[in-house]
Amino acid sequence: MATAARKAPAKSRSDSKSSGLSAPKPADFTKDEELAAYRHMLLIRRFEEKAGQLYGMGFIGGFCHLYIGQEAVVTGMKMALVDGDQMITAYRDHGHMLAMELSPRGVMAELTGRRGGLSRGKGGSMHMFSKEKHFYGGHGIVGAQVSLGTGLAFANRYRGNNNVSLTYFGDGAANQGQVYESFNMASLWKLPVIYIIENNRYAMGTSVSRSSAETDFSHRGASFKIPGIQVDGMDVRAVKSAGDLATEWCRAGNGPLILEMQTYRYRGHSMSDPAKYRSKEEVQKMRSEHDPIEQVKARLLDKKWATEDELKTVDKEVRDIVADAAEFAQNDAEPDPSELWTDIVL
Amino acid sequence: MPIEILMPALSPTMEEGNVSKWLKNEGDKIVAGDVLAEIETDKATMEVEAVDEGTLAKIVVPAGTEGVKVNAVIAVLAVDGEDIDKAGEGVGEEPPEAEKAAPAPAAAKSEAAAPVAAAPRTEIAADPDIPAGTEMVSTTVREALRDAMAEEMRRDEDVFVMGEEVAEYQGAYKITQGLLQEFGDRRVVDTPITEHGFAGVGVGAAMAGLKPIVEFMTFNFAMQAIDQIINSAAKTLYMSGGQMGAPIVFRGPNGAAARVAAQHSQCYAAWYSHIPGLKVVMPYTAADAKGLLKAAIRDPNPVIFLENEILYGHSFDVPKLDDFVLPIGKARIHKPGKDVSIVSFGIGMTYAVKAEAELRGMGIDAEIIDLRTIRPLDFDTIIASVKKTNRLVVVEEGFPQNSVGDHIANQVSQRAFDFLDAPVITIAGKDVPMPYAANLEKLALPNVGEVVEAVKAVTYR
Repeated sequence: MATAARKAPAKSRSDSKSSGLSAPKPADFTKDEELAAYRHMLLIRRFEEKAGQLYGMGFIGGFCHLYIGQEAVVTGMKMALVDGDQMITAYRDHGHMLAMELSPRGVMAELTGRRGGLSRGKGGSMHMFSKEKHFYGGHGIVGAQVSLGTGLAFANRYRGNNNVSLTYFGDGAANQGQVYESFNMASLWKLPVIYIIENNRYAMGTSVSRSSAETDFSHRGASFKIPGIQVDGMDVRAVKSAGDLATEWCRAGNGPLILEMQTYRYRGHSMSDPAKYRSKEEVQKMRSEHDPIEQVKARLLDKKWATEDELKTVDKEVRDIVADAAEFAQNDAEPDPSELWTDIVL
Repeated sequence: MPIEILMPALSPTMEEGNVSKWLKNEGDKIVAGDVLAEIETDKATMEVEAVDEGTLAKIVVPAGTEGVKVNAVIAVLAVDGEDIDKAGEGVGEEPPEAEKAAPAPAAAKSEAAAPVAAAPRTEIAADPDIPAGTEMVSTTVREALRDAMAEEMRRDEDVFVMGEEVAEYQGAYKITQGLLQEFGDRRVVDTPITEHGFAGVGVGAAMAGLKPIVEFMTFNFAMQAIDQIINSAAKTLYMSGGQMGAPIVFRGPNGAAARVAAQHSQCYAAWYSHIPGLKVVMPYTAADAKGLLKAAIRDPNPVIFLENEILYGHSFDVPKLDDFVLPIGKARIHKPGKDVSIVSFGIGMTYAVKAEAELRGMGIDAEIIDLRTIRPLDFDTIIASVKKTNRLVVVEEGFPQNSVGDHIANQVSQRAFDFLDAPVITIAGKDVPMPYAANLEKLALPNVGEVVEAVKAVTYR
């Protein structure tokens, strides 16, 4: 099992000559912060496990991309946000929605294609949104969300509201052309956008080293004068401190910043991926040595901030939320047939 | 309660699979994430991971079993100190029918039982009345477009324009002339040459509630951006269940200009009009250009606004009104007539108008309908005209296959077949990439003679 004081797999580096930025030390979490991180990450983990189960039972159709293993990335970043900051990502998005406090019932019922789903059953796993919670999707086209997220930042600058756009994409999307078109404009116009590259090492079945000429994604902004930092994306404290640095950087008017989150997905790319491109040992090693939830758990126990029983209580509360969401999502009605023709144009 | 482990669906199309191998034995302790078994699906061999913790009490379906239905119980897990012998009891025998499978969504149960309801009709208001005595000002299409943007930018702080050369250069075709001076560089934004990227930035800004006008130097370059236009701008309202859309205008010259050859000479009216979630406007006159661009900027949906470089310099009367806004989705009867209906749009109207003058000399009274909007298409006006004239010719510059005219001909044959006295003739550009040579280019485009001949054919003259 994980030990609390694990060395980050990422080398801290100061790789931006222009900015002198380097990966900050992991944040010193208070007891409350550790407990909150534990609860939030556990909710994502249990939710995703349940989604996988419902997929297996035929309740969820089509594509379903689980976030298991990467929970620390959205959880730590959310802890660095203020109200009004936006989030946008691709199709591995359930964790982002839960982090932005979208209702577990609404997300799960969208996965099962029911009327109580966040998109009333018309979007599915890859397409959910909440203007109220500043969550802008949920996008199924790899890389498209990077230009869109840059546009959210454009709107922030246009309005002078001091909010920041958190634009997530994977190591795979990092090779799309429009990412660099967006980097160029964001830097040129000093847009408040944090490009969060979730490097989980595999673009579907193609490893980073087989798809990317430059595998250090924190360097990908170099041609556009965008500084970047590599972050241990399995350590929620490291993510939080990087998030603090990045949001301050953007709010100070310095323009965009890249955070490469070094993370790992335990499950296949989607539900139908047999994951033959990596060894079982590799997956098992990440799970047993770097699991983001186990790290927090170990710290909580180590510091005697919680007992096993208290953590079990948290686990039970989280399981109850997920069970309630699953129950709702299985029993809610399908959309009314009239919904076929609504929401096409206003 | 012991937990039943079910045969999982491991792909969107899987209905049954084979249990190839068990990797755990009865009595083994299981933690979440442990690989329990290997299942062969219609696509691949997949590992089944445990979701819950406990002890594997019973393997119900042994390794090597083929054709195991999705949701059949394949094993039983005892949890929290349950007796593993008891946990396995009674499982594996035929379960009561009701418990066999979870209720699947309707689509999985049966083919659609009921007929699909037709799309609801949306009524579109007529053009506003122009008060008697309103001064008419001769205006170029270029000026009308600029005036429309300037008026809307004065009216609404959320409106801004972005694109290549729109600010300091004053517009590649001078459509944005003077806007930078009046509104400043916050609202008139020069972009790098990066259509895919700035279209996406525009859509993102629209999702955040701004009202961008994205100018493409020509719509040929919007091919680089078409994913953002269709997948992001057009579909988000639907995919979000109505929560979030993109109030954005994509505008710029479309279709052939003069001697710019294949890559710069293509009409996108049919392309964009294919897409639910978009509105597609293609004006001919300056008044329509102004009134419809103002409407497009106010519209809460993504609007494709197709202009034409040759028409930019044409002058038309524009009513001098404080706020002249026209309805999107309404065709305009350019010239009433009784013998034949000629339907066209954009620069196609120039052929229709010249042909009508020739036809008048032959004693044929043609009605000309300017569609103005391609999506939603105003079939009511077309069909009312066909019911009167019983003859229809459609004129456009785009390619012939799956053209706007083809769609109109199809709909008219379905909705007004009995009123037709002749087959509908569609005139389009020739089915070739646009050539450069002056003589070949002329051959590739429609011409007035073709329209006259078509009208003579449908009127049996």
